[in-house]
Amino acid sequence: MTENGIEIGDPAPSFELPNVDGEAQSLGELGGAPATVVYWTCNHCPYALAWHDRLLDVARDYADRDVRVLAVNSNDAERYPQDGPQAMRERVEAEGGWPHPYLFDESQDIARAFGAERTPDVFVFDPDLQLRYRGAPDADYEDPAQNAAWLREALDAVLEGSDPDPAETAPVGCTIKWK
Amino acid sequence: MLREEMEAAGLDPESVVVTEIETEGDAERTDFPGSPTIRIDGSELQPPSGDAPRGLTCRVYRRRDGRISPLPDPQDLREALEKARDR
Repeated sequence: MTENGIEIGDPAPSFELPNVDGEAQSLGELGGAPATVVYWTCNHCPYALAWHDRLLDVARDYADRDVRVLAVNSNDAERYPQDGPQAMRERVEAEGGWPHPYLFDESQDIARAFGAERTPDVFVFDPDLQLRYRGAPDADYEDPAQNAAWLREALDAVLEGSDPDPAETAPVGCTIKWK
Repeated sequence: MLREEMEAAGLDPESVVVTEIETEGDAERTDFPGSPTIRIDGSELQPPSGDAPRGLTCRVYRRRDGRISPLPDPQDLREALEKARDR
């Protein structure tokens, strides 16, 4: 881990964050998953919204392979109340539930520990919770047919025990709204 | 995108005035609904809803096919520019 977060091969920073029901969810509880995805998102960023359905589809499509997916929102909820915990809960309810937890990082410490920069910003970990892929879900937020291809390729590689190629892409989206 | 569409509409792309909104005070003063905001002769390309927050945020546009985007639909922009040109 560096001052700017984690790099490929680094272990995932441990965390415990509340989901939209206020229940604490920890990364440690997810031990044993063959792959784990942690991605940053929020309610108001158009890039995050454009990629939203694709990311939820990944969680659904890989659930039968026990891949774990966690979404984290670290935006400053005072300046951006549409990204606050109540708005997060209302959004998940309005969308009929999400296939994975939506966690609130109020202190922004977890975003800093990971080095998350944007929404979305995707991190894929292997069974030992070591970082294997970091970046964008795919090459074009405007093209739903991309289907989160980079994320899916990274997951397929991790599930096969090989290294994703590329292991890193540039995250594209709004910057995390820091306090 | 804006300058390309202006050129296509026969307008001078160099006439674009770019204003950087740096503070919440700037946003309040200019009734800024987020970035990017395009105003043509002072009118919003796509007026935000009345309850949309104002401030240093990202703007959500909806393309004509329903997709959400950080940019307006090029066709919307083209039509607005042509309308302004023909006024």
